Amino acid sequence: MTTKSIALEQQPKKKSALKRFLRRWNSPIAGYLFLAPWIIGIFLLTFWPMAQSLYFSFTKYSLLESPEWVGIDNYKRIFTQDSTFVQSLKVTFLFVFISVPLKLTTALLVAIVLNKKLRGISLYRTMIYLPSLIGTSIAVSILWKQIFDGSGLFNQILGIFGIQGVNWITNPKTALGTLILLVVWQFGSSMVIFLAGLKQIPTELYEASSVDGAGKIRQFFKITVPMLSPVVLFNLVLQTINAFQTFTQAFVITKGGPINSTYMYALYLYDRAFARLQMGYASSLAWIMLVIIAIFTALIFASSRTWVFYESEGGK
Amino acid sequence: MNIQRIAKNKSWKNHLFLILASVFMMYPVFWWIGASLKTNEEMRNPNIFPEVPMWSNFTEGWKAIPNFTFTTFYLNTFYLIGLVVVFTLLSCSLAAFAFARLDFPLKGMWFAILLVTLMLPSQVTMVPQYVMFNSWNWVNTYLPFFVPHLLAGGISGSFCIFLMVQFIRGIPKDLDESAKMDGCSWFGIYWRIIIPLLKPALVSAGIYCFLWNWDDFLGHLIYINSVDKFTVGLALRMFVDTQSAMPWGQLLAMSLLSIVPSIIIFFLAQRHFVDGMTAGSVKG
Repeated sequence: MTTKSIALEQQPKKKSALKRFLRRWNSPIAGYLFLAPWIIGIFLLTFWPMAQSLYFSFTKYSLLESPEWVGIDNYKRIFTQDSTFVQSLKVTFLFVFISVPLKLTTALLVAIVLNKKLRGISLYRTMIYLPSLIGTSIAVSILWKQIFDGSGLFNQILGIFGIQGVNWITNPKTALGTLILLVVWQFGSSMVIFLAGLKQIPTELYEASSVDGAGKIRQFFKITVPMLSPVVLFNLVLQTINAFQTFTQAFVITKGGPINSTYMYALYLYDRAFARLQMGYASSLAWIMLVIIAIFTALIFASSRTWVFYESEGGK
Repeated sequence: MNIQRIAKNKSWKNHLFLILASVFMMYPVFWWIGASLKTNEEMRNPNIFPEVPMWSNFTEGWKAIPNFTFTTFYLNTFYLIGLVVVFTLLSCSLAAFAFARLDFPLKGMWFAILLVTLMLPSQVTMVPQYVMFNSWNWVNTYLPFFVPHLLAGGISGSFCIFLMVQFIRGIPKDLDESAKMDGCSWFGIYWRIIIPLLKPALVSAGIYCFLWNWDDFLGHLIYINSVDKFTVGLALRMFVDTQSAMPWGQLLAMSLLSIVPSIIIFFLAQRHFVDGMTAGSVKG
């Protein structure tokens, strides 16, 4: 009986040793076969275009003729003579620095209230999330254009309170504000991510701290904020990168105007490339954009060491 | 008793906050619905719904672009995005299976590259990709959308792979081990075991792929230039640009219709929505 069972045990062991040997070669081949479409894609659609883009950025290239090497001329022109570049950069920075913090704060505040056990919470969540669903679609840009028009909805509401509104979209002082309001209005996806993060904070932490006599505000800063900080980091990086690339809203609502007050960087890049067919110049702009986004992402990650709390490290 | 009253009082405040927030969020949407039934003159009235609804805004708007109806544009868009979603699910699940289940040299490097492409702004590759597709005569076809998604790229590729990798890692390995014992090949494990269990992640990825492509106005704008191939977004933009005296009611009616597919998907699959969105941030 015992010998039989030993024999039975050994047999699969032998087999699995053979299989393990096979698998050593089997798995790498299989791995690369499964990964083949993606790897081809990465080379064809990312690496090669990026190398080309870098090359184009040192050329004059109109798509109709072949690229002509001009050295660092494009970059020189961008940094010394191109006032539109400076303007678009200014507008984009303004947009990013106002819209991202505003969007994340709103998302966090609403998520905290939505995390409470209330009746009808899923209905509230749905209604608050819904505007974000239609995201960057052109439809929502058309709606916004109508709402902030001189005789649009926003001024009608102001009219009820006896305030005479301006035409928000054609006024260079307020046009960018309407775009910021649009992206802040769509805080839903950040909110859902915050909400998921809040749900993972163990309730014992709050219970224990209230036994110790901590108030709500103290709990918020001592428990909620640190426990949620990895999620804040994730949202911050995601939203910053997205905000730098804002295109459709500016393209449809304001067309970059009035007097370039909403001429976002992505829109400027698009115009150079596809309206004026200056592929070389546009590639230089694209690389500058990549470097700027990379710097900001790196800064956020570097600073995160001081404010993101990871449970596994046991705190700081 | 006292504590209960305080609790009630507090929840009342929360409800007030949430009701105000909901009104603020939904008011423009309700106004949109009302405005799509208004005449240009009525657009100036602050009331949400017009006295006489102009249903003709929808029928006239549907035919607003000369020689075409929105039927064409919707069929184009569904054809384009339908195939894109199928391609994405196929190619991304293959790559995700490799990352989650197979061991091969340089796996860590490839995965790091995947994470970087997740954050790479599309503007950097936009110009050279256009140059490349242009030289292959792919401009004004749907190939610049089909081929990248078939190669697990495009605007949602990296994200979908990442989402599926996270999900597959959660599937118990015992299942593949026992299948392997039974002589099942890697492809067999992928196709017979992982894919059926991956369904929730496939639904989430499919939803995001659909929504992002539906909203990928910039991509459509660059690559599609004849009206008979226009997507709904491009048609709307043409509607805005070609009409001198803007029939706002019709325009708002058509743009309202264009978000209906997204809304339907959202209500059919709310749970998958949240799963997909939080895959990267919390579980990861």
